[in-house]
Amino acid sequence: MGIVSPGFQGRRRPAEPNLPPGQYLTEDFPVLSAGPTPRVSLTDWEFVLSTETGAESRWSWDEMWALPTETPTVDIHCVTHWSKLGTNWRGVSVDTLLDGVDTAADYALVHSYGGYTTNLPLDDLRDGQAWIVHQYDGADLPAEHGGPARLLVPHLYFWKSAKWVRGIRLGLTDEPGFWETAGYHDYGDPWREQRYQGD
Amino acid sequence: MARTAIPGRLTKRAGWWVARLVDRREETATACTLVLEVPDWPGHLPGQHVDLRLTAEDGYQAARSYSVSAPADGERIEVTVQRVPDGEVSPYLIEGLSIGDQIEVKGPLGGYFVWRMTDPAPVLLVGGGSGIAPLMAMIRARRAAGSRVPFRLIYSVRTERDIYFADELRRRVREDQGLDVAYVYTREVPEISPAQAHRIGVADVNSHGWPPQLEPTNFVCGPTGFVEAVSDILVALGHEPRRIKTERFGPTGA
Ligand SMILES: Cc1cc2nc3c(=O)[nH]c(=O)nc-3n(C[C@H](O)[C@H](O)[C@H](O)COP(=O)(O)OP(=O)(O)OC[C@H]3O[C@@H](n4cnc5c(N)ncnc54)[C@H](O)[C@@H]3O)c2cc1C
Repeated sequence: MGIVSPGFQGRRRPAEPNLPPGQYLTEDFPVLSAGPTPRVSLTDWEFVLSTETGAESRWSWDEMWALPTETPTVDIHCVTHWSKLGTNWRGVSVDTLLDGVDTAADYALVHSYGGYTTNLPLDDLRDGQAWIVHQYDGADLPAEHGGPARLLVPHLYFWKSAKWVRGIRLGLTDEPGFWETAGYHDYGDPWREQRYQGD
Repeated sequence: MARTAIPGRLTKRAGWWVARLVDRREETATACTLVLEVPDWPGHLPGQHVDLRLTAEDGYQAARSYSVSAPADGERIEVTVQRVPDGEVSPYLIEGLSIGDQIEVKGPLGGYFVWRMTDPAPVLLVGGGSGIAPLMAMIRARRAAGSRVPFRLIYSVRTERDIYFADELRRRVREDQGLDVAYVYTREVPEISPAQAHRIGVADVNSHGWPPQLEPTNFVCGPTGFVEAVSDILVALGHEPRRIKTERFGPTGA
């Protein structure tokens, strides 16, 4: 237990088993990004998956959304302490994109329009844990929340769910991304409160 | 509680420093600067933030992020908190915390929204409301280092009464060479002002910012809607997105 703050009550809520430590519930959808919101036109949009050998698979906007989509309902947890439960998305499972891709990679570096990057183990993108999403709550994903499409990896802190996603590079070694280089945790498990390096 | 020097005192546990409130200054009717003493504080860079954590009697905890509003000064750090109506943490920080009380601090955090004194590029700071906090740390750090890097600040406030650090900003503009400050009033303009109350727009950023050819570093901080609007304007004016650094404080526009 920490240092008790005399008279601090906090906002008493019914116990919420789905809320990781140090998080509070919000009904809003706050925004965390390091720079301006990039605007990407759908005609220029493409998604590139590359492997450690340099082999590439590419999808245009229309090709991507011709793939089978799923509608995950998931809880999301931002490192700035807010969580939002039961959010609704539509997108393509990363399993679908990885299907038939020949790789021995252990790591993925996700990159975005605007230059943002984030890294995670490839296993965390597999087995129904990650999607490329283009709709939130039944409507097109707004640009400030990562539209036209973002990665969704809800079991890690939300900075791993790269906005304005452009591609994934698979590699044999772990390469820290943008926030990871700036002192944030390499893995980012909200249930273990892995916010910053050393947590 | 009097402060006693205990040898080998526990100053940090599980990543949280134990700090003590040693002073407070009212900035406006709804905002307050808290001066915390953090034994063994390692120092920080202007623009970084800390997490502050409160614990209730029964162990319930709540944490929020606050930018450090002054440069490192030994074991003392300052944060400037705006009271968010019905907020869980900010009203307690302003009204509930007494001088001498302890509070947990994690940090310094964030290595991107940071002004580095070795960077010679001119700087534009654009702050909305409490978003002035990390920008003030930069202005103060520039002053403390005697830096000559040209600085411009555009500060958007509802009314004149909502300006944080008002006296100090007036003094800095007089005394610090190469610092200009322009205000945008969103609700009510001061009597002598020729402009109307308005939200920050292209004209404000264009006349009070730097031309993109000078390759300035632009720091934009405030409520999410404000930061979205200003960073879009900077991009439209031709600034390279990578020269626009943003910090978004909260969900609402102001
Ligand atoms: C990196 C970072 C740095 C920050 N630095 C500062 C700082 O220097 N000074 C400062 O005052 N705040 C700062 N903030 C905001 C701060 O972390 C809290 O979000 C804020 O104090 C509100 O917390 P609360 O517990 O009082 O309100 P909550 O209980 O979290 O929220 C109560 C209600 O107010 C709304 N709300 C939440 N935040 C804001 C806001 N900022 N403005 C308007 N409405 C809001 C919520 O949507 C909710 O409806 C920073 C945030 C981040 C992410």
